[in-house]
Amino acid sequence: MTGALWELFFKGVWITVQLMVYSAALAAAVAFGVGMARTSRLRVVRFLSGAYVEIFRGTSALVLMFWLFFALPLLGWQLAGLWAGTLALGLSYGAYGSEVVRGALAAVAPAQREAAVALSFTPWQRMRKVLLPQAFPEMMPPFTNLLVELLKGTALASLLSIGELTFEAKLARLSTGESAQVYGIILVLYFVIAFVVTRIMRLVERRAKASVGKAPEPSGGLFSRTPAAAGTAAPAAGGGKP
Amino acid sequence: MNTWSWGYVGDILPDLLKGLGVTVEATVLGSLVSFALGLVWALALRSPSRWVTWPVGAVVEFVRNTPLLVQLFFLFFVLPSWGLTFSPLVTGVIGLGLHYSTYTAEVYRAGIDGVPAGQWEAAVALNLPRRRTWTAVILPQALRRVVPALGNYVIAMFKDTPMLAAITVGDMLFQANTIGATTFDYMEPITVVGALFIVISYPTSLLLRALERRLVR
Repeated sequence: MTGALWELFFKGVWITVQLMVYSAALAAAVAFGVGMARTSRLRVVRFLSGAYVEIFRGTSALVLMFWLFFALPLLGWQLAGLWAGTLALGLSYGAYGSEVVRGALAAVAPAQREAAVALSFTPWQRMRKVLLPQAFPEMMPPFTNLLVELLKGTALASLLSIGELTFEAKLARLSTGESAQVYGIILVLYFVIAFVVTRIMRLVERRAKASVGKAPEPSGGLFSRTPAAAGTAAPAAGGGKP
Repeated sequence: MNTWSWGYVGDILPDLLKGLGVTVEATVLGSLVSFALGLVWALALRSPSRWVTWPVGAVVEFVRNTPLLVQLFFLFFVLPSWGLTFSPLVTGVIGLGLHYSTYTAEVYRAGIDGVPAGQWEAAVALNLPRRRTWTAVILPQALRRVVPALGNYVIAMFKDTPMLAAITVGDMLFQANTIGATTFDYMEPITVVGALFIVISYPTSLLLRALERRLVR
């Protein structure tokens, strides 16, 4: 492995991280928007948001990405590869995330909602001041899992020839022919990114729990298996990862 | 600007359905591999010896936290150089099975943990050997409650099979790309593929929800 190859890999890591951050931001916006819409009083809003979730969870993220990249231009919108990737990942992982938001909102003690009604909060005040702050810490472990899934999903963007890590690996393989070494190294790089991401999310989770006066999970140290891993154990029916 | 043509959809549908056959084949075989391998991981992780649990745990964590697509490339390009030459489909099935086994292992773990402690104690009281305890007492009860969760991973795997197109398996997405590359019209093929995924995975997930209500109480 020469220095030039490492430079290629680190450029790839940088694009991968960018892609992950952009899609995660979009996914979070979609998740909160759609997740809250699913608790709406209006039947039509609930129906539309439910349809969104089933459609985007029902299809494959890769097919969606190809659709945005190859089919959408035929309707007159040409997306740059990075944006097609961001949009596909954000929209589909947002649909998974909205289920997390909906579940966490539903898990807030009913008395809290009733108290907010009794205080004649508007629905929006109730959501913003009572339900969301309490639901938020509960969302963190499944969000952590989803973020790792999203990171793994960014590899799909290499098939649109976006110069992220997997794509750079392909170039490196073509120029050196050292398949085992090249793919071995980038698997480790992905693992390192995932490791860093989960540790950061664990910190966020601790702070979120502390902010509503809950004791954080006892920390098992930096290398403990994630408490979040328990969340992957038994996903709710619905045909999705976490 | 082009418009949607049902005639074109009719022309390409046979090829896409052929791809669907490959997609389903990969999903079924991949699921079987992941069910078997996942159980192996789950049982190994309960071993009393650290020399077993630590390496197995590390492998499972590593495979779960790295992208399936890269694992597929690894298998596709590296296995032949180790003298193991498989067809792309078999390579894809190994990749899918290995990747999802790290998820099913977690499902089995939860299922086994869910068996009440009294069952273990009863097995000890009856002086059942270790093997009988597992095969006659614990696993039958654990497996019953993991079926819906395993089913969810089958659906997730089904939606990940388009990645096999990247290692030249002739699945639905591969067929759609081939068609698109010759006609320069990707709209119908890719839309139909996306729709087929929804048409299959949504009813299946409803079915699993019903099954979950029956099996898990």
